[in-house]
Order: sequence, then C-alpha cells, then structure tokens
Amino acid sequence: MTNKAKYLMVLAGATFALSAQAQLQVEISGVGSNQIPVAIGPCANEAAAPAQISQIIKADLTRSGMFKVIDITPTSNLMQVDATGLKSLGVEAVAACAVVPAANGYFEVQYRLISTLGKDLSALKTTVPNQYGRLAAHKLSDDIYEKLTGIKGIFSTRIAYVVQQGKQYRLEVADADGEGIIPALTSTEPIISPAWSPDGTKVAYVSFEQRKPVVYVQDLRTRQRTVIANEKGNNSAPAWSPDGKRLAVALSKTGNTQIFIANADGSGLRRLTNGTTIDTEPQFSADGQSIFFTSDRSGGPQIYRMSVDGGEPQRMTFGSSYNISPRISADGKTLAYISRRDGGAFQLFTLDLESRQEQRLSDTTSDDSPSFAPNGKYILYATQNGGRRSLAVASTDGRVKQRLSIQAGNIKEPTWGPFMK
Amino acid sequence: MRNVKHVAFILSTAALLAACSTPAPETKPPVVEEKPVAPVAKEEPRVVQPVQAQVDELDVPGGKLANRSVYFDFDSYVVREDGKEVVSNHAGYLGKNQRTILIQGNTDERGGSEYNLALGQKRAEAVRKSLAALGVADSRMEAVSLGKEKPKAEGHNEEAWAQNRRADIVYKAK
Repeated sequence: MTNKAKYLMVLAGATFALSAQAQLQVEISGVGSNQIPVAIGPCANEAAAPAQISQIIKADLTRSGMFKVIDITPTSNLMQVDATGLKSLGVEAVAACAVVPAANGYFEVQYRLISTLGKDLSALKTTVPNQYGRLAAHKLSDDIYEKLTGIKGIFSTRIAYVVQQGKQYRLEVADADGEGIIPALTSTEPIISPAWSPDGTKVAYVSFEQRKPVVYVQDLRTRQRTVIANEKGNNSAPAWSPDGKRLAVALSKTGNTQIFIANADGSGLRRLTNGTTIDTEPQFSADGQSIFFTSDRSGGPQIYRMSVDGGEPQRMTFGSSYNISPRISADGKTLAYISRRDGGAFQLFTLDLESRQEQRLSDTTSDDSPSFAPNGKYILYATQNGGRRSLAVASTDGRVKQRLSIQAGNIKEPTWGPFMK
Repeated sequence: MRNVKHVAFILSTAALLAACSTPAPETKPPVVEEKPVAPVAKEEPRVVQPVQAQVDELDVPGGKLANRSVYFDFDSYVVREDGKEVVSNHAGYLGKNQRTILIQGNTDERGGSEYNLALGQKRAEAVRKSLAALGVADSRMEAVSLGKEKPKAEGHNEEAWAQNRRADIVYKAK
C-alpha cells in the first residue's frame, strides 16, 4: 500500500427507520494508481432533497479510490458553471447539481459534468420519488465514474450478506455503500451462500431452518419463497445461469456432494458431475457454457472447469494444495478464489484466465466468499477482524481496500448484486 | 384415609368371594396366558415380587455409549483409530435395539462454508459406512452435514478446531 491515507466514514443511517439494524461502518485504505481530480460543490437548493446528494456523491467517489475530490462552492445556475477557471487547481472535471422540489413525494435532480477544457461531458434531469433520494445520488456517482473512467459505475448496485448475532441469523440487503439495510430473511438457524438472480429481484440461498441445508429462492419484492432442492442429505451452493433460467446446486443425495443443474423453479434436476469425491460450489461462466467448481478429486480442493453439457473437467488452479470458492468476472476473463498458503492463511487471489497470471489481493488470513462487483473492478469478500467476521472490498488491481463491519455480531457470506435499472 | 382403606378391603373381599362362588360357565379349556408375574400374588396380598428396572444402556452416564462423537484430522474424512471404537460400540447397540440415527458431520471454521459443508457430509458418510460395515441397516441411518455453521467449541485455536472436526451420532426419538 503506497498511500496510507485512511478515512473513517461513519455514514449516517438515521434516514432509515430500521433502528434495530446495526449500522455498517466503512473503512477505506489505499488509493488508485491514477486519481482523477474532480470538483464537486453542494447542489443548488440541496436542502430540498430527501438525501444529502453531494455528500453521497463525494463519499462514493472517494471510496472508489479512483478520484481526488475537491470541494467547491455551490452553483446557483447550472448553465453558468465556470469550469475552465478551475483548471489552474489541477481539476479535470466539475460536477454541478441542483434540486427542484416536485409534487406528490417526488423531487427533481439536475446535473452537469463539464471538463475544465470547457467540454460538456454529461447532463441529466430526472424526477425521483423521495424514498429513492440516496439512489438518485448513487446514479449521479455512476455517471461521473463512467464518463471519467470509461467503466460503468457500481454505486447504485446492492449487496446481500448474513449477519449472525448469537443464535439469530439475518439475510440483509443493503446499498453498495452499506446504507439502506433491509432484512430479507430472519431465522434462528444458519443461512449461507446467498446468490442474486441476474435481474436483481430474487436471492437464492441455503437455509438450515429444516434442521439441514435446503436451497430456497426468495422473491425480494413479494416475499415468496420457493424450495429449489430438498433432497436426502445436503442441498447447497446455488448459482444462477447468466440468463437467470437455470440454477446449479450441490446435492449429497448420492452420498457424496455432486453438482446438479435445475430450472430456476427447481424442476428438471439433472446430475452434472459423476465422481466419488467432493464436487461443490458451481459457478456458471460468463457465457453460460461452462461450470467452474471446487473438487477434491486430486486430494485437496482445487478449482475445475467443465462444459454444462458434461465431459472431462479441466483443472484451473495449481498454486496451492487448497483452492476454493471460484467466482468469474462478468467479462469472463478473471477467476477470483480463496487460496490457503504457507502458514495456513486463507487469502483472496485472482487468476487471469488468459495469461495465467496469479495475484494476491488480501493481506488478511481468514478470507472467504468472494464476489465480483458487476463492473469487474472490485471484489467483495468476508474476512476476520479482531475476533469477528466482517466484510472487505478490494479493487482488482489490489490498490484500494475497504472494510465493512458492524458494532456487534458477525457479518459474513457477502454477495454483490447485478446492475439494475 | 381410614374410610378409604375400609372400602378398598370390602371391595377386594367381595371380589374374592365372587370369584370363589362363580362356577366355570363352560367345559372349554381356559386360555392360559403366559405371564412372568406369578399368579400367587392374587391369592397372597402380601407377596412382593422384585423388579429390575430396564435402564437403556444408551443413557448410562459415563457408559461406553455416552461418547457419540468421532473426530477427524484437518481436511480429512478418514475415521481414525480412536473413532473406530465409538463406531463399534454404537453398531453393537444398534444391533440389539431398533433405533434410528442421524449422523451430523461438522468442520472447523477455517475455509469456505460450502466446501466445509461438503467435507462435513463426507465425515458423516464415513461414519455411516463404518456402521453399515458392522451390520447397521442403511434405512436406519441418515448422514447430513452442518459444515462449519454450528461449532461446539467457540474458540479460534487448534484446541477448539479439533473439537469441531467431528461427526456426531444422534439417536432419533423412539
């Protein structure tokens, strides 16, 4: 880590009425290799908005590690922003915004992004329901990020994870910045392996509420829960196909854990792997044509790849005797996984599938459950922090790290949701 | 209290008299029911027949069946020597008693939840197969896994981990 600059941002969660929910604390360390200087001031009439729009944008951009945020005075008229005058400060672009109150629980946001060379980079005018005030700010952050880096922003995406406090388990959904926490499922038995449907409206997971692991899909909008697999023995490790039409699961109905593929409603179950050892943690490739999975067929657990139609699996990992939890980036180029190295540390690694270049992304020792941000630039994972489980985010270039923790209890099994409208 | 005793005496006397005075209604030989209890008790109200309560040996504290846990090495699902005795004790009991069991596999906290779930299943399966080899019917056993989700020992050291790398034999209610 070249830059030890550390921020502790305890983001206010008071706007949400769920007072029983523990607030997430976000801690950031490290910065990107090439930070883009961007100037942002408070929106004109910002107090009329239901959320602190400019504060949320600044926190998003800072957390990404890609920007150097420079504060400027508010702009009263978006059409009269003097961007070129800020060039001498080293600023590359200026983001200006204004809030206009609207009727019936809505508000309007206007926004402009201008380069200090005087070029208009983006402009938006949108009417938003008050309850989505924070989302409106995250969408502006997404736009600034995309216009200035060329990469789609992930600030308006959501994450899901499990909080364990004593014998209470909660599957929670939150914004990518840890705000806006909503409990999707509470139980007195463990919940593991949540997985977002590609459209972001459902979560598949494993619940132990029937005293053994059973796979469910829950529609977040309707509360409807569907049992996807409840065979003899264990039912676990659900993974969606990229088109959302199929689910891969790991079942032990034959004695040892093997990989099966079913339709998204649990029908049409068919066996994919055919071995006498452990095959688990299936993940569809980005094109949906192959399945990555963990198998101990060679002795210790390693990651393999095989066609969804069957055939001979190909071993992908070699650097250690223990490699688990494969996840594939959306562009299909990078494999993230957890590797146990000398001294017994479990750490987050990536493998470039083309160059076979391996990279270690964490310096902690008890990491698990990696998941890519939908733009492929960040990986969310679970780690150990002072005797408790917490979440962490690493940029795939290894330069930026964030840690998300709660005051009491363990937070684990994180999974990053997809892009949504 | 005294009145109650009197009533009881009168009733039992009446019953005895009735039994003596009633002649056998038919000449058909009576159906003899084989009972371990001596019929003398009926005629001799003061006889005491000692009974030994049948305590299920499964429930004897500190008995050889009290240990229902089989322990494993890291990332291993091989039943060790110290576990084979536990398995054979329970196979012996199951051979004499029609009970059904659940075998719950567990792992230590290290590594991913899904691989540990599969590993716990392998441990439960290893115990199930060992019991089957000693004659316990498959229909009386189910092997499941709790993975690393339900640790018995809460610590984060080798001592706690060794406690949690385990398969438990759980007897289902009769």
